[in-house]
Amino acid sequence: MVERATPLGTDFRPGSYGDIAGGVGVTLSAPPTGTIVEATAWPGRDKALATALGKAAGLTLQPAPGSGAFKEGKAAAFVIGPGRFLVSGKDEALSGRLTQAVDPQTGTATDLSHGRTALRIEGPAAEWVLAKLFALDFSQAAFPVSAGRATAHHDVFAQIQRTGESRFDLYVFRSLARAFSGVLRHAAEEAGYTIR
Amino acid sequence: MLISCPHCGPRDLAEFSYQGDATRIRPDPASTDAKAWYGYVYARPNPAGRHREFWQHAGGCRAHLLVVRDTLTHEIYEVTFARPLPGTGETA
Repeated sequence: MVERATPLGTDFRPGSYGDIAGGVGVTLSAPPTGTIVEATAWPGRDKALATALGKAAGLTLQPAPGSGAFKEGKAAAFVIGPGRFLVSGKDEALSGRLTQAVDPQTGTATDLSHGRTALRIEGPAAEWVLAKLFALDFSQAAFPVSAGRATAHHDVFAQIQRTGESRFDLYVFRSLARAFSGVLRHAAEEAGYTIR
Repeated sequence: MLISCPHCGPRDLAEFSYQGDATRIRPDPASTDAKAWYGYVYARPNPAGRHREFWQHAGGCRAHLLVVRDTLTHEIYEVTFARPLPGTGETA
């Protein structure tokens, strides 16, 4: 089987960086995502799409703006637009299950596993570091666990899901992932960070 | 300037792309009325005050929006999805 190469290059090496004298503010990692699929419902079919995707991924999904769900280490999904979902998972076979689950009357599912890269930021300073990059409220009241947001850092489109009190998963275009991870590392320097 | 996207909520202007004047009406594509086409393509009233505009939440949910904005104060009066979804009463 062909080995999937990381788009983050040699800059994203495990270790401790930045101002870690006061402790580690955040930990950055690239969680293994064998599957990243974007699905879109035809008009009025968003509930049916949420049900079909949820069944295939083992999640309970709603088409409500900003909502999402995840199962630790298995799969994650959230709403990225009206009738649109981003579904990801560790297992590469999930992609096939998702595209099979969405019938042509409901909508479309496109495998973007090769086109997106997942980055994880976790730690007490995660909200603070992300708030430097995105004009979003990252507090738990405004951005609860499992919720998702579609936003952008300058021209780098980013889809973000909160998967813990102090943990966020970011999905960016693979071709910009190396540059974006550099921006993320730079933003995290003040807080002190480790790469895992 | 903040635009309240009907799907995402209030977001920074940087996430949106201007998509043009929403007041003009395209002539019938079969029309050969040069004056009507000239008006559609070039003539803009450029009002100082309320203006209907198309915007896209390009750095977000990517929905196309209809925004009523004051060109003097940048106050946003109304934001809706640009087109209704057929058969649902909802819009996107």
